Amino acid sequence: MTSAQQVQRLLALVPYLLAHDGASLTETAATFGVTPRQLRADLSVLYMCGLPGLMPGDLIEIDMDAVEGEGTIHLSNADYLSRPLRFTPDEALGLVLGLRSLREVAGEDVLAVVDSALAKLERAAGSVHELAGRVSVSVQSGDDRIRDTVAAAVTAGQRLHLVYDAPTRTTRRQVDPGRVSIRDGVAYLEAWDLERRDWRTFRLDRIASVEPTGEPAEDHGELPASPEGWLEALVPVGEVTLELAPGAAWVAEYHPVLSVEQLDEEGAVRATLPLSDPGWLRALLLQLSDGVRAVVPPEAAEDAARAAAQTLALYRRLDLDGLGSAS
Amino acid sequence: MAPRKSERILNLTICLLATRRFLAKDQIRQVVEGYRGLSDAAFERTFERDKDELRAMGVPVETGSNSSYFDDELGYRIRRTDFELPPIELDADEAAVVALAAQSWRQSRMASSTRSAWAKLRAAGVETDSSRITSINPTVAAREGAFEVLWQAVLTRSQVRFRYRRGGTGTGEVRTLQPWGVTSNKGRWYVVGHDLDRGAPRMFKMSRIVGQPEVVAGPDAFEVPADVDVRALARSLEPAPATGTAVLAVRADRAPALRRRGRPSSRPLPPELAGAWSVWEVGYADEASLVGEVAACGADVVVLEPAGVRERLLRHLAGVAGAGAVEASTWLEESA
Repeated sequence: MTSAQQVQRLLALVPYLLAHDGASLTETAATFGVTPRQLRADLSVLYMCGLPGLMPGDLIEIDMDAVEGEGTIHLSNADYLSRPLRFTPDEALGLVLGLRSLREVAGEDVLAVVDSALAKLERAAGSVHELAGRVSVSVQSGDDRIRDTVAAAVTAGQRLHLVYDAPTRTTRRQVDPGRVSIRDGVAYLEAWDLERRDWRTFRLDRIASVEPTGEPAEDHGELPASPEGWLEALVPVGEVTLELAPGAAWVAEYHPVLSVEQLDEEGAVRATLPLSDPGWLRALLLQLSDGVRAVVPPEAAEDAARAAAQTLALYRRLDLDGLGSAS
Repeated sequence: MAPRKSERILNLTICLLATRRFLAKDQIRQVVEGYRGLSDAAFERTFERDKDELRAMGVPVETGSNSSYFDDELGYRIRRTDFELPPIELDADEAAVVALAAQSWRQSRMASSTRSAWAKLRAAGVETDSSRITSINPTVAAREGAFEVLWQAVLTRSQVRFRYRRGGTGTGEVRTLQPWGVTSNKGRWYVVGHDLDRGAPRMFKMSRIVGQPEVVAGPDAFEVPADVDVRALARSLEPAPATGTAVLAVRADRAPALRRRGRPSSRPLPPELAGAWSVWEVGYADEASLVGEVAACGADVVVLEPAGVRERLLRHLAGVAGAGAVEASTWLEESA
């Protein structure tokens, strides 16, 4: 805790306490994101501050007995700090970007609210809002109609029928929607999957179609806490180590990795990735072909080789070139 | 000690806010607790540092003199109108979405800034019921180590230098940039600006920057062209438009990503595939990446046309089949 952070907080704490006479110590601490102990330390700093001269009538007054006794805060004689300091660029732009990413998943009703909040913030931010055009966040959130139907169903508690493009095949699901979340620039529907009897996440941009079934969603209890990012979102069943040629080294950048090391000057790398789905690994190996120089465990390479051989056999059976010459 | 320093800086703020006239340094030294008792040199040093800290946290400490006729000593004050957050009234729904936005950052410095912004709004009288909107859980992350320096450099128009790995590997080459803006696409952050080494606008992926960028000039080291549109530049990150069209047979419900980009075709299916397969036309910009994508689908997708793409795919698959055989034999020897 630097004194700059403390002073910044004090400059907001004073107007907050002037506007909330008798505020509770614990609630105030929560509002400012500090511990009650830190808040007490803040109050003891304020207790020593005031107008120049610092004679008794000049000092900020705090009822310390009430703080220690009832855990409530009464602060007065600080009218010169009745308004908080204006936003710093970081503060204003942080809120603006947060609202803009929220905007990309909001249904129609929330969208209007976000836009009016953005307009008010930009007015209050003064010249800072000129910077707002120089920072941007985009979210993969699918098309408007799907986003609106999902948002409305979450709010109204409607059961949905989804046609969902899982990585390797299109599936049909019945779900009770819980929440729309954004993780690493991608919007997801978190919903209870009726067939699987568990919470599942669905990328909005992979929902091919969505219709309310006409039934109300049931209550399935608390949603599990959202993981912070895709690495945490994976439930790994193992790991795989790949030696990647320079042309395939992008894999270590594109996919979450447990570790990565460079092997030579040309840019070959050895990367270890968490593995949650053997089908995903097979597809990756088929995609990269000789971009992968070695695989551990080697069974994964055998599996991909088998799939490649089956595919080659299919082409031989089809004899597409023969077909072409016959016509 | 930190509490004493916080007291001193807060008392200085109150003193400069309470005065209408510019206060000379000596007057400040006499009335602000914490400066009295310091030697001349120590006072100078401490006062300058405090003033810088206040400005860094956004407190507008103004320098000027009370009379333009006399050669007055320079003084300091804080104008209330420059200091105070302008009036802002948010209704309960607006407050709820701003509260969500304030909690959305997963980058420590930005998270602390938005928490502080939210505290200011609460202090300005904004009230909310945080349980009002539970249907949305937005997060904004920035894991790239270079993010913080580049973000600040954009805000302050500071020139930066960094090592950049092209293609994601190697130790990188040194680039010097006037950063115009930052943008996030699919969770990855990019910085856009004028590349002094190339003499042209360039976009850099932050995850390819090696170590920390270094600020080499600034703040206010350059002007950002008035017509720069970071969002438009970010759109240039989207895939190149298709230049070719492939005709693919796809097994029912499989290869959703390819079908999503394509459209159903009326071309005939090979008779052997009749039934559960359908024909799609899919545009592509880069043959190699199409081949990789189709290969990943294994025996669920067949390239009907163009023949060149099909031949390339067969060579690609032969590579996988062959490599697997070698790997497997190695493994058998080792485990024997």
